[in-house]
Amino acid sequence: MYEKDFLKQLFHKIYTIRIFETECIKLYRQGLIRGYFHPYVGEEATAVGVCSALAEDDYIISTHRGHGHCIARGAQIDRMVAELLGKKTGYCSGLGGSMHIADVQAGNLGANGIVGGGIPIGVGAALGISIRKEKKVVAIFFSDGAANNGVFAESLNLAAIWNLPAIFLLENNHYAVSTPIEQSSRNQNLYERATGYGVHALAVDGNNVIEVFEQTKDARQMCIKGKGPVLIEAKTYRHGGHHVNDPGAYMPKDRLDYFKSKDPVTIAKKHLKEQGKMSESEIEKIEKEVETTMERAIDFAKESPELSFAEFNQMVMGY
Amino acid sequence: MARKSMIQAINEALHQKMEDDETVVVLGEDVGIDGGVFRATLGLIDKFGESRVMDTPLAESSIVGAAIGMAINGLKPVAEIQFLGFIYQGFDQILCHAARYLHRSQGRYSIPMVVRAPYGAGVKALEHHSESTEAHFAHIPGLTVVIPSTPKDAKGLLISSIEHPGPVIYLEPKRLYRYKKEEVPEEIYRTPIGKAETVREGADITLVGWGGMIPVMQEAAEHVDNEGVDAEVIDLRTILPFDVETITKSVEKTGRLVIVHEAPRSFGVGAEIAAIVGERNLLHLLAPIQRVTGYDIIPPLSKLEDYNYPNSERVVKAIHKTMEF
Repeated sequence: MYEKDFLKQLFHKIYTIRIFETECIKLYRQGLIRGYFHPYVGEEATAVGVCSALAEDDYIISTHRGHGHCIARGAQIDRMVAELLGKKTGYCSGLGGSMHIADVQAGNLGANGIVGGGIPIGVGAALGISIRKEKKVVAIFFSDGAANNGVFAESLNLAAIWNLPAIFLLENNHYAVSTPIEQSSRNQNLYERATGYGVHALAVDGNNVIEVFEQTKDARQMCIKGKGPVLIEAKTYRHGGHHVNDPGAYMPKDRLDYFKSKDPVTIAKKHLKEQGKMSESEIEKIEKEVETTMERAIDFAKESPELSFAEFNQMVMGY
Repeated sequence: MARKSMIQAINEALHQKMEDDETVVVLGEDVGIDGGVFRATLGLIDKFGESRVMDTPLAESSIVGAAIGMAINGLKPVAEIQFLGFIYQGFDQILCHAARYLHRSQGRYSIPMVVRAPYGAGVKALEHHSESTEAHFAHIPGLTVVIPSTPKDAKGLLISSIEHPGPVIYLEPKRLYRYKKEEVPEEIYRTPIGKAETVREGADITLVGWGGMIPVMQEAAEHVDNEGVDAEVIDLRTILPFDVETITKSVEKTGRLVIVHEAPRSFGVGAEIAAIVGERNLLHLLAPIQRVTGYDIIPPLSKLEDYNYPNSERVVKAIHKTMEF
């Protein structure tokens, strides 16, 4: 059984990610956010379950689909919306956008647009922890797509031979853009690949925040005791296409319906009701609060200035 | 002849070459069922099947490496890298193997393969989704680097690239994919590799650029035309090896040169062109060579992209500076 406050916190974060994404998708469709935007809708429980099991000075490293990781790790959503809108008040002064949010204070080593790009960097951060003999871990978020890339194998092996305190968080949302996992992997239990490298590995229901939390907590303990790394494959699903403008026509309806019936928001709400004994009206109050915070974040971002040409120019090297 | 956009012209070239030559195969991420993220490979899988149109896992190093292997073994692979900024894991295979096989095998193995990739700004994304890194490839002996700027050239150059006996890096300016439609011949035709095209003749100043910069240069040329400056606009079309003769002949005539590229300025292709013109045309030059380029920065987001990207105003400014020297 879990404390009501803890369950409330989990739901609050999951719902914040959901609202952040759905509201920002609207801003994107209004043309206020440009470039590419990869929503985390449907996968929220993975980021929240993982980050809730981490200590304050642990690190995470994120991906192109990273908004959820940032929020779960405690980023301010007003500064995130500002970054997506390319505003000066954003985490990267509006220079990084959706795919490059880094929040050093929150131990977020950053997102990047190269699938798999963060894996060896996360391993390096874990090596740093190991060399300095610190009691910290790095949670390395990456995807099923990245698991087919060479860096995955190299990084996993390095972390294994050096017993590094790294938790490899394989978010298996079953697609690399349009390519389904059935087509890219003969064995779709991707966690089993880690066993070949001598790494302890398991799969969890990525839509169930409690399950993700529990397994991450155990993995963290193993890492702290010098028995890392650990690989956790969180099985989850996107509720839409690869990015906002991808209708995801290649996603079979029955499978999407199945995963929507296991919606992380609904599951977290159920935990709150059943274990936290929270009433519908109390939950509605949390939802309202999240929605109001998001409205304010959007106002803040819209009212924020963009970098001027002169400020931009100051950042330019040469010419 | 029908009017087609650049993306349609590329798609048509792939369809026709696959029909024409059964050794042509296409591979890459999302090139099959999805038809490519920009729809360049639309319909290929329906017509030619999974054995010739292969959706690969997310593995750039293997995409390029497998293309090399197929090329050695009698096929003509056309590999797609989803964005040029995603190519770096495959870069090792391009640099260390694709470009060197012919030399290494003393002519016994040629590598008839094409790596296609959308490059440059225009989708208001940033970093890897918007960068222009043709200079990396232009510095590799053994490669051919091609960049079209019109639908017609896109088709003709892609066909020439597929038929080319060596490895070709074929870069597609994504901002021009749907920029305009023009008459594109229905049949298979070849636009020569290594030949620039003078898209506007002029007597006073030479503007050299490629890909996404061509419309910007044309706009600048029209602008200064009203001021009585007659600018010649050269579309380089092939970066490696580039058409030295067309440029030097033009500079002999005009005595002035402005080079435009969206890639960062330092060590860019513009520097090489300037060096060659310096070597060959020193006494023809009436003013220092100017470069209008992207800044030496990582491509920034959204509105800031407009600051970074050379526009016609910046080109006009450089023309003024050159004319007033």
